[in-house]
Amino acid sequence: MNIVVLIKQTFDTEAKIQLTGDGKVSDQGVNLIINPYDEFAVEEAIRIKEAKGGEVTIVSMGGDKAQEAIRQALAMGADKAVLISDPALAEVDHYVAAKVLAKALEGMEYDLILTGWVAIDDQSAQVPGRLAEILGLPQANVVTKLELEDGKAVCHREGDGAVEVLEVPLPAVITAQKGLNEPRYPSLKGIMQAKKKELKKVTLQDLGLSAEEAKAKIVGYQLPEARQAGKVVEGEPADTVRQLVEFLTKEAKVI
Amino acid sequence: MGKVFVIVEQKNGALRKATYEVLGAGRQFADQLGAEFAAVIAGQNVGGLVDEVASYGPDKIFVADDEKLANYTTGAYSDVIGKILLKEQPDYVLLSHTAVGKDLAPRLAQKLEAGLASDCTAAVVEAGELVLTKPIYAGKAFATVKSGGGTMLATFRPNALGSFTPAGSKNPEVVQVPVEIDPEALRVLIREIVEKATGRVELTEAEIIISGGRGMKGPENFAMLEEIADILGAAVGASRAAVDSGWREHSDQVGQTGKTVSPILYIAVGISGAIQHLAGMGSSKVIVAINKAPEANIFKVADFGIVGDLFQVLPVLKEELQKVVGK
Ligand SMILES: Cc1cc2nc3c(=O)[nH]c(=O)nc-3n(C[C@H](O)[C@H](O)[C@H](O)COP(=O)(O)OP(=O)(O)OC[C@H]3O[C@@H](n4cnc5c(N)ncnc54)[C@H](O)[C@@H]3O)c2cc1C
Ligand SMILES: Cc1cc2nc3c(=O)[nH]c(=O)nc-3n(C[C@H](O)[C@H](O)[C@H](O)COP(=O)(O)OP(=O)(O)OC[C@H]3O[C@@H](n4cnc5c(N)ncnc54)[C@H](O)[C@@H]3O)c2cc1C
Repeated sequence: MNIVVLIKQTFDTEAKIQLTGDGKVSDQGVNLIINPYDEFAVEEAIRIKEAKGGEVTIVSMGGDKAQEAIRQALAMGADKAVLISDPALAEVDHYVAAKVLAKALEGMEYDLILTGWVAIDDQSAQVPGRLAEILGLPQANVVTKLELEDGKAVCHREGDGAVEVLEVPLPAVITAQKGLNEPRYPSLKGIMQAKKKELKKVTLQDLGLSAEEAKAKIVGYQLPEARQAGKVVEGEPADTVRQLVEFLTKEAKVI
Repeated sequence: MGKVFVIVEQKNGALRKATYEVLGAGRQFADQLGAEFAAVIAGQNVGGLVDEVASYGPDKIFVADDEKLANYTTGAYSDVIGKILLKEQPDYVLLSHTAVGKDLAPRLAQKLEAGLASDCTAAVVEAGELVLTKPIYAGKAFATVKSGGGTMLATFRPNALGSFTPAGSKNPEVVQVPVEIDPEALRVLIREIVEKATGRVELTEAEIIISGGRGMKGPENFAMLEEIADILGAAVGASRAAVDSGWREHSDQVGQTGKTVSPILYIAVGISGAIQHLAGMGSSKVIVAINKAPEANIFKVADFGIVGDLFQVLPVLKEELQKVVGK
């Protein structure tokens, strides 16, 4: 069972967001991590490999720093990796991102593509669905349980207020949601071994692509207005609750 | 003349609440853009929804009715709706950012080779274009997004656009679309759908949410929140600490690695207000906090806070709300 896992490097969840002089999001002083949902995907791939054999390949598109995220996935137990890095990819939308990733997968052998269901930075949840469409593959999105039966994956997909149990023929794109597993920490041995594992860097030219026009354009970034702290009361519940209910019904008028 | 399309979401023959918002906004955007406004309804036995959709004023309604569309599947729905959109080539396609919308929109966008701004919280028409605002970095910043030229799709976070009263029917043309689904699109089978039997409104669509954190001390105490939720018609959420302790299901988790919600009222009980939790509920209109620690971070964002022991406050709150709401 050969598995490709897509990972994206993102800002740490603690990161404070600031804008640069020209109004873009600044990465100064920000800690970078593997997108948390991608960690579930990596863990699931390694567990399947441990149970059934095969190879786990990490594919990521990003800057040079993304190597750290890739090394972490390799240290967890993935076998090899491809980093697609190109200055022309600094300004891509999801349409282009999915096309580039699809091209990078061409010629690879895989039975399953695992990804996170969403990246916590752009929080678009677009790349996996677009990729599945380009590759003509079925998908199961936002999956909290995955079991393999011959030639298919049985997936628990989180719907709104319901869980759908889906039978998905392989190969397929399956996106990970929290609950799928508990990602392991890389062992010291894993970290040492990861340094020797293959990490291939490719450019757009290597993939036979040229820069492409985005279909969606970001025309600006803004920071939200800080929320003002409101009224805080302390004392006997009979009194504080009365004040709260009065606030809700008379002032805020929300009930 | 341009075209604005809304993909209607229904479940078991009823419109999803989030759909009303997008329908209402769609009519408004179409008027401002001088565009035709159309709605697409896909499902099985959905003919009964036409009148209700029509009341939001679309000029045209496309209906795809087939037994293969009885339940949502990515393949069948994207195939059928994709074919309609490819033929019609609208300028804008609007959906809700629900479990279905999130799953469907990227595949439609790729079929149309179009852009997609997902999880938008606002949109305005400026100089003949729809300008979309979407949160990034869990609401710590916002990006303004426009089409790069061709068709543009957008999904909207439930409750973000506000409520719309139906514009009134324009006696739309109703087009029955022949349903011929590519067999390739029917590869995924639904083995089972397990509905969560809470009887409460879905978290992401709820107008009022009451959430509990580690301060709740144990799963049994969430009954206090559920009782208040039932009085208010609210949904019950949880912090990650409560979920990781096994007190609540992950699908109840609010925050950066849980649900993003934007209710009219969010009540945080025994929740400290960690940055990852605020990320999921910071766009709520009114925030109320109940916490025994006056220094808790949640009070920095709360419009109203009670410093006190939740075990003393909640019973009184339940009683008082019962009086006001009269249930
Ligand atoms: C309209 C628009 C325009 C944009 N323009 C720019 C720009 O000018 N400059 C810029 O720097 N960024 C830009 N971006 C961001 C860029 O498109 C995204 O970072 C990228 O496409 C991934 O999208 P996402 O983070 O939303 O991933 P999602 O679709 O939320 O990711 C889901 C999953 O897909 C996989 N995945 C996503 N991205 C990658 C990746 N790069 N490598 C490997 N796997 C991946 C991961 O498994 C991830 O968990 C733009 C985004 C939008 C919305
Ligand atoms: C990558 C990452 C992702 C994360 N994603 C999320 C996420 O999606 N959602 C999320 O919520 N967290 C998330 N977290 C965790 C987050 O950092 C916090 O640990 C978590 O939100 C804390 O939950 P809590 O407020 O319930 O618990 P605590 O921080 O322990 O707070 C409990 C609060 O209850 C109060 N309390 C205790 N007893 C009482 C009482 N009797 N009466 C009144 N008040 C009382 C205390 O004063 C305290 O403020 C994430 C963390 C990481 C690193």
